[in-house]
Amino acid sequence: MALKGNLRDFSLTQLLNLINLSRKTGTLVIDTAEETAQLAFGDGRLAYANLGSQPIGLPAILRSGNYINKAQYRILVERTGNMTDKEIGLLLINAGYGSQEEIFNQVQQFYLRIVRRLFTWLEGDFHFESDELPAEDVITTRINLEDLIMEGSRQIHQLERMQEELPDLDVSLRFSEKPEKDIRKVNLSMEEWRVVSYINPKNTIRQISRAVKMNDVEIRRVVLGLMQAGMVEVVQPEIKPINQEKMFHTNDRQEQRSLINRVIARLRSL
Amino acid sequence: MQNLKIVVTGPFNAGKTEFIRSVSEIDVVNTERRISSAAEKVKETTTVAMDFGRITVDEDLVLYLFGTPGQKRFDFMWEILSEGMLGFVVMVDSTRPETFREARSILETFRRYAQTPYVVTANKQDSKDAWETEDLRIALRLEDHVKIIPCVAMNRNDVKNVLLELLYIILAEMDAEEAR
Repeated sequence: MALKGNLRDFSLTQLLNLINLSRKTGTLVIDTAEETAQLAFGDGRLAYANLGSQPIGLPAILRSGNYINKAQYRILVERTGNMTDKEIGLLLINAGYGSQEEIFNQVQQFYLRIVRRLFTWLEGDFHFESDELPAEDVITTRINLEDLIMEGSRQIHQLERMQEELPDLDVSLRFSEKPEKDIRKVNLSMEEWRVVSYINPKNTIRQISRAVKMNDVEIRRVVLGLMQAGMVEVVQPEIKPINQEKMFHTNDRQEQRSLINRVIARLRSL
Repeated sequence: MQNLKIVVTGPFNAGKTEFIRSVSEIDVVNTERRISSAAEKVKETTTVAMDFGRITVDEDLVLYLFGTPGQKRFDFMWEILSEGMLGFVVMVDSTRPETFREARSILETFRRYAQTPYVVTANKQDSKDAWETEDLRIALRLEDHVKIIPCVAMNRNDVKNVLLELLYIILAEMDAEEAR
């Protein structure tokens, strides 16, 4: 079984939401004509991120976050030779160059910067390799995806895509019933909180937009963000009552049930 | 003579015609036309009005299967076809994520037409590129109670299974309604 496609059809934000909800473990590989990226996940959390086909290594990660200067970077590369990232980290801690927490934080920030950059990729073939994890010697993290999903959702700028995803503003919203989505744990902007405060099956999205003084594009962006993060869902509009007279020639319940049972028996015999 | 009706819907090229063809006792009456749009040229022809298949149950009961056209520009047919249906099947091509948004939109449209039971079926599950049904559930934003059934539309047993699942739901809903 595959989880593959193109970001043009299924965005990174949607992928992160899927990985988060299904608590996947494995590596997501994204390829464009110019670049390749790998994001590894353990139990639905970001464990590792890399741009390019080779891991960048801890010295370069520390340099990219300005944790060490150019000269320190050069010395570190010279002296650590074939050492693994974990060994380099230990070496730095033992030599008093930093704490485990600081180095770990640098790695986390580096992975997050990669994901943020990937949010700007609108195209690229992706596939998910289940249970494939980075080499044991790289430093891995356990970053919750909820905040990242919200960040990604805020970057939806294509009007056409927003209209396709949320064509009707005269529908209302409700909070998702998924228990793992605790809205209090997600970092929402003031603007998003204002929208959230009006979410209620009695208020349509258009009414909310008026209350918070947002135009159609702004409200769509916020609502889609909340939807993609799995926090809210659209309340389906009133549905026409069933016209049973047209379904069955009889109003007798027993007879109706008998008709269905006869069809079931016939299908089983096919 | 009593006729019962099930509608098979879904995006363009999801496999609806094939699905009906697999169980229909008559050659599927379809209204296919050559595809003119380059963007939709993943197959030679497409259904423009409806597909129509039949399963005779006994001498006074017949089940009809109606397949809707998949292309959005023929959506005026959908409401007409949904009149009097027992329930509907939403077909999704598990290998084409570019159609998932469309599948979701079709499902929502049909749910608005009538409060009838439905199932979602994930076609082409024999392909190595097929998404898993539980991934499709999230991609299509299906609630947990909605049945999503793997199938290969050319496989008669798979198609039978999908239709049977829908009929079991119909029976269960009739029971639930009676209990209310």
